[in-house]
Amino acid sequence: MAPLPLALPFAALEVGHHLYWQLGHYKIHGQVFLSSWVVIAALLAVVVTGTRRLERDPRGIQNLLEFLWDYLRDIAREYIGEKAYRDWLPFIGTLFLFIFVSNWGGALIPWKVIHLPNGELGAPTSDINTTIALALLVSLAYFYAGLSRKGFRYFEYYVEPTPIMLPFKIVEDFTKPLSLSFRLFGNILADELVVAVLAFLVPLVVPLPVMFLGLFTSAIQALIFATLAAYYIGEAVHEEHH
Amino acid sequence: MDSITSAASVVAAGLAVGLGSIGPGIGQGSASQGAVEGIARQPEAEGKIRGTLLLSLAFMESLTIYGLVVALVLLFANPFS
Repeated sequence: MAPLPLALPFAALEVGHHLYWQLGHYKIHGQVFLSSWVVIAALLAVVVTGTRRLERDPRGIQNLLEFLWDYLRDIAREYIGEKAYRDWLPFIGTLFLFIFVSNWGGALIPWKVIHLPNGELGAPTSDINTTIALALLVSLAYFYAGLSRKGFRYFEYYVEPTPIMLPFKIVEDFTKPLSLSFRLFGNILADELVVAVLAFLVPLVVPLPVMFLGLFTSAIQALIFATLAAYYIGEAVHEEHH
Repeated sequence: MDSITSAASVVAAGLAVGLGSIGPGIGQGSASQGAVEGIARQPEAEGKIRGTLLLSLAFMESLTIYGLVVALVLLFANPFS
């Protein structure tokens, strides 16, 4: 790890310090795993308790879950299309919920009370590995969606409307996951950094509005990630009408 | 890291965010202008316009964030050190 060019004590903010776990030949970032397990456990707990006793008139958690389901179904239907959205609703919904709960969990849960030997707990999505994994999943998903629905006719998409577009469309396949992952990672890390720097300068009250702005942008980022995933899948399964 | 590399990295990090925020700033301004005009002309469409505006603002914002990612890499994970 490079020493910081700035000697500023960044409010105990540790960018680039990780809790390493050795797994075979790989060094993995333990703090990301710990916080994402918390996120997964929270999501599972809410979903399981909400769907244990289904009622005709939804109340409480079931009501919330049905609202979420409606919301995600509208996103999926709008961008993927009437025909294929049912197959992809679980994927889009999982992406949205995981990213949303990660972002908000990173901001709302007081992780600082738990001391790690190295690195610090935070939103799992503020680690580039998490976001790249999610973005590559989206890439695989839209290739699979296109190939399974259209077979090799999927590759006609690359030469439509003209074969001149071929290089651009190929480059696009690489820039899609790149921009997806960098957007999410940068936004979440930027939120955390801004809050940390402000809290370092003025520890009281002043960081609060920025924290709320951070909550807002992280919710929007979750929505954008899910929307773009749906849009890419929709683009892949879209049938041209001749 | 020798001092010239760290000086260049800090300057480059500042430039990455500073220059990278010019374009998205202009873009966000003109997008908001369009949205405000749309709402003024058709107040009943406000909800839909607001949703689309927020989504597109976030897209433009991500361009600045790319600059920020470059700046963060230069400051905290410098490949030339």
